Amino acid sequence: MIVLFGIFLLTLLVITALAIVRNDSLYAAVILNGIFSLLMAASFFLLDAADVALTEAAIGAGISTVLFLGALALTGELEKSPTKHRLLGTAVVAIPTLLIIFAFFDIPQFGASDAPVHQHVGPWYIEKTPEFIDIPNAVTAVLGSFRGYDTLGEVFVVFTAGIGVLFLLSARPLARRNEPFVARDPHKGLRHYLVPRVVGRFLIPFIFLFGLYVQFHGEYGPGGGFQAGAIVAASLILYSLLEGERRCLVVIPSGALRWLVAGGALLYGGVGVVGMLLGGNFLDYNVLASDPVKGQQMGIILIELGVGLTVTGVLLSVYHAFAGRGKL
Amino acid sequence: MNVLGLFYYWVFAVLLMVGFYAVIAKPNYVKKLIGLSIFQAAVFLLYITMGKIEDGTAPIFQAAENVYSNPLPQVLILTAIVVGISTTALGLGIVVRIREEYGSIEETDIKERDRK
Repeated sequence: MIVLFGIFLLTLLVITALAIVRNDSLYAAVILNGIFSLLMAASFFLLDAADVALTEAAIGAGISTVLFLGALALTGELEKSPTKHRLLGTAVVAIPTLLIIFAFFDIPQFGASDAPVHQHVGPWYIEKTPEFIDIPNAVTAVLGSFRGYDTLGEVFVVFTAGIGVLFLLSARPLARRNEPFVARDPHKGLRHYLVPRVVGRFLIPFIFLFGLYVQFHGEYGPGGGFQAGAIVAASLILYSLLEGERRCLVVIPSGALRWLVAGGALLYGGVGVVGMLLGGNFLDYNVLASDPVKGQQMGIILIELGVGLTVTGVLLSVYHAFAGRGKL
Repeated sequence: MNVLGLFYYWVFAVLLMVGFYAVIAKPNYVKKLIGLSIFQAAVFLLYITMGKIEDGTAPIFQAAENVYSNPLPQVLILTAIVVGISTTALGLGIVVRIREEYGSIEETDIKERDRK
């Protein structure tokens, strides 16, 4: 039954991807991209990746759709020029596809536990997580502690990308450098539409609460800073869509957002430095408390909080950067 | 099971190349970015497929002894998704700036204007 469902989802994924590429309307392509992400999240869940499914659903289907729509509002909704070199492009793409499909006949069988992937550090993480860290979710343990350096790097990539968007979009366009700056319709939002307003007001607190639950329950179930950051940002973006940008900026002013972006990354790096000051290595949480296991748990909670703050800050600032920019 | 396993990898190949086709053949920059995100999603699917162990469950420990799938690919992809949306946002920011300076986001128009 699961096999059939898997094949069904994968087929839908391919159909959706083809529809995205063939569609002339960018608006339709973006909405289809949201559907694509949701199907992808369901496939991840079938493949035992609950944490990844949660992330993909929150980010791919939620935030990325909003960001693409925000960009489309500034750039236009139709693809104007036709596809160039259609035949050549198809050939360039078809040959590698066939080659990759051919190459995969040699890959270890799907789900085989003796595949090379499962011979390296994976089993060791599963075996040692209860002993060293003693939290149920091995994904959080690997993310926060065993591979904390990787995650620190990823947080800084997110941070840098957020700063980059702010730099790009806070500059005034050349063509109207001399005009006074007028933000696009800042008061209105969707407040005059009854159904979105009522449903949205009802949903926003629950989405926010769910985000906090995902943040602080990440050690026990699927979740953690990355997912929670996306969900909290989604609830605030929904608030901003309904009530207008200005009221959302009253709740969290853009100055506070910048502090969130930098503070989260600083908190993560700071936990590492505190570990060094207490006599351990960088990002070694064992020394944070008298009991090494308690120290590990404390470290993971702190760095997950840092991740959550940075991700919320970056996604919200990026959204405000797109939404606050007037169309030329 | 074997057929399903190969099917996952085939779908990876097809999605990868469908995304790549949008990047190389479509002149519209937003469409190129959407293609890039499909390309990315295909790579995510490859990693997660490799991490699966038959009859396994998600690597969250329960009381009963279970087989758990490999957590490492999941961690790598989880962070990659968030990094992916940040870089896509950066790309969209650049597209918006291009639209403001050139008045178009079609590659053909922009090349034409640069030639003048």
